[in-house]
Amino acid sequence: MPATYEPIATTTLGSAASSITFSSISGSYTDLVIIMSYSRSVSGNGLLRFNSDTGSNYSNTYLLGDGSSASSSRGSNQTNGIISYDSASLQETCIINIFNYSNTTTYKSFYTRGNDTGLGVISYMNLWRSTSAITDIELRPNSGNWNSGSMFTLFGIKAA
Amino acid sequence: VTSPLLGILASSYLAAPATSYESIATVTVGSGGASNVEFTSIPATYKHLEIRFIGRTTRSDTIDDLFVQVGNGSVDTGSNYASHRLYATGSSVGAGSSTNQTQWNWYNELTAATASASVFGIGVISILDYADTNKYKTGRILGGNDNNGSGYIEYHSGLWRSTSAITNIKFTANNNFVQYTHFALYGIKGA
Repeated sequence: MPATYEPIATTTLGSAASSITFSSISGSYTDLVIIMSYSRSVSGNGLLRFNSDTGSNYSNTYLLGDGSSASSSRGSNQTNGIISYDSASLQETCIINIFNYSNTTTYKSFYTRGNDTGLGVISYMNLWRSTSAITDIELRPNSGNWNSGSMFTLFGIKAA
Repeated sequence: VTSPLLGILASSYLAAPATSYESIATVTVGSGGASNVEFTSIPATYKHLEIRFIGRTTRSDTIDDLFVQVGNGSVDTGSNYASHRLYATGSSVGAGSSTNQTQWNWYNELTAATASASVFGIGVISILDYADTNKYKTGRILGGNDNNGSGYIEYHSGLWRSTSAITNIKFTANNNFVQYTHFALYGIKGA
């Protein structure tokens, strides 16, 4: 059997940055996974955009556990996907699973699972209403910067 | 159906190394739809299994459930399955369980006919130590769907009360799977 879970690119920040982008992603995989180990300067949401699409084509449903209760809410017709809910300056982890990213028939769905040592655990189920193949992924905090030392790795998974 | 990074100090595109995560089989439903998808003759050469899917059915609803049966040689239809569940609807959260079932009942993982066109449910299923004949088998899923105004996040666990090695995994729903529904089976090797 061929190896099928492959690292495509890794970005480690040597200085604070307001966003990072994986670009020119080949269509040769079935799914994509992004693993983020990071901190940020200001608390808030982590955001994602595909192919520089700034239209109101994103929506999400989330599940949050904050240590004392669980809650859920959603956003519709958003201008970006949401991947995380972060404290300032704490170490965070987030894993993003993007399914069938290169097909041109279905809308693109992806979910995230994030951990914040201050706020709790959270998952976002996201939809991007586009049949375009995903070739670029921008990750940015809704305000402030990703801090120096933050690491982002993109993997490709290839089905038989 | 059977069977160039920007402005970054350290960044690189990486050569592909050998890994222990391998593709075993993939089923993509064709234009006629399918009442089920089954993986058969799964080799025992891995430590764990993972299934990644997108799915939609013909049910007259926005969502559908994913039912999973496993077995050795054929799937077990006895009342040997149990599940636990944590879920979110976008406005509320809940939990539940089911025992002595004939399948893993993993709710709301799929989209269906009245959901917006081109929206499919998604998920990743893990089945652990699937070939070990000394223990009952457990599985889990994180999946669901968002439909721009509705949707679910669903975490489920599952128990199959059998020590048999798993060679078969069968997926069904309340109605037929539609074209482009896709189940990909992967094996993860241990050291």
